[in-house]
Amino acid sequence: MNFTTHTGNRGLVIEEQLIFEQGQPGRTGVDLPEPKGTKSRLGGLDRDSEVGLPGLSEPQVVRHFTRLSQKNYGIDAGFFPLGSCTMKHNPRLNEKVARLPGLADLHPMQPESTVQGALELIDQCAHWLLVLTGMPAVSMSPAAGAQGELCGMMAIRAALDARGENRRRVLVPESAHGTNPATAAACGFTVDSIPATEDGRVDLAAFEAKLGDDVAGIMLTNPNTCGLFERDVRKIADLVHEAGGYFYCDGANFNAIVGRVRPADLGIDAMHINLHKTFSTPHGGGGPGSGPVVFSEALAPFAPIPYVVKKGDGFHLVETADEEDGMQPFGRLKGFHGQMGMFIRALTYMKSHGADGLRQASGDAVLNANYLLARLKDKLSVAFPGYCMHEALFDDSFLKDTGVSTLDLAKAIIDEGFHPMTMYFPLVVHGALLIEPTETETKESIDQFCDAILSLVAKAESGDAEFFKNAPYLTPRRRLDETAAARKPVLRWKPETA
Amino acid sequence: MRYLPLTRADRAAMLDTIGASSVDELYGDVPEGALLDAPVDLPSHLGEMQVERDMLALAGKNMGASSVPSFLGAGAYRHHVPATVDYVIQRGEFLTAYTPYQPEIAQGTLQYLFEFQTQVASITGMDVANASMWDGATSCAEAVLMACRATRRKKAVLSGGLHPHYREVTETYCQYSDTEVAGRDGHPEHQATAEELNDLIDDQTACVVVQYPDVFGRIQDHTQLADLCHAKGALLVVVFTEAVAFGAVKSPGSFGADIVCGEGQSIGNALNYGGPYVGLFATTQKLVRQMPGRLCGETVDQDGKRGFVLTLSTREQHIRREKATSNICTNSGLCSLAFTVHMSLLGEDGYRRLATLNHENACKAADAIDAVDGASVVNDSFFNEFTVKLTKPAADVVETLVAKGVLAGVPLSRLYPNRSDLDNYLLVAVTETNTDEDIAALADALKEALA
Repeated sequence: MNFTTHTGNRGLVIEEQLIFEQGQPGRTGVDLPEPKGTKSRLGGLDRDSEVGLPGLSEPQVVRHFTRLSQKNYGIDAGFFPLGSCTMKHNPRLNEKVARLPGLADLHPMQPESTVQGALELIDQCAHWLLVLTGMPAVSMSPAAGAQGELCGMMAIRAALDARGENRRRVLVPESAHGTNPATAAACGFTVDSIPATEDGRVDLAAFEAKLGDDVAGIMLTNPNTCGLFERDVRKIADLVHEAGGYFYCDGANFNAIVGRVRPADLGIDAMHINLHKTFSTPHGGGGPGSGPVVFSEALAPFAPIPYVVKKGDGFHLVETADEEDGMQPFGRLKGFHGQMGMFIRALTYMKSHGADGLRQASGDAVLNANYLLARLKDKLSVAFPGYCMHEALFDDSFLKDTGVSTLDLAKAIIDEGFHPMTMYFPLVVHGALLIEPTETETKESIDQFCDAILSLVAKAESGDAEFFKNAPYLTPRRRLDETAAARKPVLRWKPETA
Repeated sequence: MRYLPLTRADRAAMLDTIGASSVDELYGDVPEGALLDAPVDLPSHLGEMQVERDMLALAGKNMGASSVPSFLGAGAYRHHVPATVDYVIQRGEFLTAYTPYQPEIAQGTLQYLFEFQTQVASITGMDVANASMWDGATSCAEAVLMACRATRRKKAVLSGGLHPHYREVTETYCQYSDTEVAGRDGHPEHQATAEELNDLIDDQTACVVVQYPDVFGRIQDHTQLADLCHAKGALLVVVFTEAVAFGAVKSPGSFGADIVCGEGQSIGNALNYGGPYVGLFATTQKLVRQMPGRLCGETVDQDGKRGFVLTLSTREQHIRREKATSNICTNSGLCSLAFTVHMSLLGEDGYRRLATLNHENACKAADAIDAVDGASVVNDSFFNEFTVKLTKPAADVVETLVAKGVLAGVPLSRLYPNRSDLDNYLLVAVTETNTDEDIAALADALKEALA
């Protein structure tokens, strides 16, 4: 039924103004003691103007954010097959543990004697990551995957500097995530693209032809962004090592192989692990992430400060570059010691799964993706032949002549009650649709999703492009004008001027 | 396993549909010998109760900062976080969402980001703010890189009052991009004047970076420095570690700062032993296209209704690749939500009162410590943190006080391990959470330790 309401609200979907439009002077959501009127010692810089913050009571604030939350899609609400992002279930035990006062309420500069449990926890988390990757060293500092990349590439740069070599070219496959070339550039490297083969892997001949004594290394995602295992990975490692370079592996897709393949056995020198992907820490609407980096013996001495070491019966945090012989840290990446809150959640998850459960999880992730691929491959156009790993990639040729684009289809999927797949990434596939079900989905939910997609494809083929162009219809907001937003950016609320 | 729904029958049926004989067959591209045939050498799965017991044991080996009188700051501050904050950030619609790539079903995240950006711009006195960075130190480094882009220059002058970890992170970020970082570590009893910093500015200087209040707690007017920078074509970057301060002191925007960035942990976020925190980053309208990180902007939908989207993404890595303004992708979404909720509860009155209470408590503690023989406060000005000169090495005094059940502060030797001239200085932070009894306990314990 199509009618408008007096309020603009539609049942449970309630229009909500900005807090700045709701505030009233004199209202507050906190009860703080009355100040005593002490003479200030602020160097004469006492604030003499309004900040401009609205006043709201606690019930208003609760209602505001509850209403906002109802305009969001999360994993808790439904199937969220956003390829390359790994939207798996986020266990609530992780959240409970991360809030224990003995873990959450620790100041980063407390004396070591008062935080032995915290250092032990970091050490345990590091141990799990080392065993799962087979690597000898790990830096727990990086704040997120992209900073993990920075950590790995800076260690490579430092190692080359220590060798007195001026190698500046980094080979990056065309299919790589945008953070790879951006990271290489931030470390003073130039980026040289490697083309892909017909079957979605690195073109080995093209790669070999690009090797030379100015090559610092390769940044390779494995399993790659097409959801495929790089079957020549060992050959690539050998070749880059023979040429005097290093092998940085983007571990964004470690979730496909955890517990089944150790990256050390593939010849890598460094790899970041997104704890929010493989180890279930929540994505939180865009962070916080955490991106520990494992290192080979060759790069381990260059890992950044700070890091935890065992000392006597306890643990010690090394915070200065010159404290340990043989170590040459390239610097410091974060204000303090890394994303402790994420280590707690990830360790809780790893202990819950255990070695056996992690292995089952990666197997189920790959099984779910291949099942989805099998169910859709006759109607959608599969980008590359063969089995996939944890995600299935399609191009948009199945939509040819329908007048419907990948974007249109994704918007129609929203009305069916799902979060869409990743669209238009990786860039090497035209109109890409990257679908990652993860291991925490049931067969029933995957079937329901596949049935919905197939019915939409049939609808597209029947010539109803107009329906798709206007989707979604049932969301709190319909398609948003992104061009207008970028042309004249409004990035904050401002009071109406009279 | 409780997180894995597939049954044995499901797996068999699915393999049948796929046409594979086993899951191992799906891993057929893995090189010979690299596919493990058994679990790695780690413990097996555990039930919820057992995991919780393990983690509680680790927690039990720590001294929680709120379990004793605690005066640690130096870039992370213990404040009361209202219960509403944690309720909101644990709602699954926020906790388990991702970066709002599909704005039609992410208006909740996008609207709070727009509110967050407005709050950050308001407290810093700037035109615009982004949707958050990883932490204060990385924000500082990114501000320097942004200043270099905006001015096409390659040198940054860091004031001695900048937190040494922020300096280290900035140096780390700059070391491979031909950017020179100048300026020396500071001293609690000597504060660089605008003229002294001006002497370090040359025609290659992209920016001068000052901290406000600075790492030793001092508060300095940077209006003159802003003018000196601008006269030489350089930008003024103002960094902060305590976001509550702007409820009591003039905003950096009022000095004429070009970039204001720092740590937002103080508002809404727990100490978390150093992370995750939330980097705040604000600038002028003029420089907005040089900003790193995600930005949320207002627009309208197909039906003409107001809505929000991520915008100006042509600055970012997923579009610009090696030419992006930063490699940042994921930021601190949920921490910025915690900040937004806490700030919404505070409002104008609450924010300013919270700041006043912090300052009053700090004044009280400064007087109590100054009255102790062997301890003297060196600051003329401060907000909620100040430096104390002791007659003994501060690290030893801190250890002695741990035994008395007091977390006395951060010895400068922890921040400046190679500066023996700073061994006797202690950095003390006092917030609204410290009671009169806490302050008395600190003063009494110091008296005994210094006797």
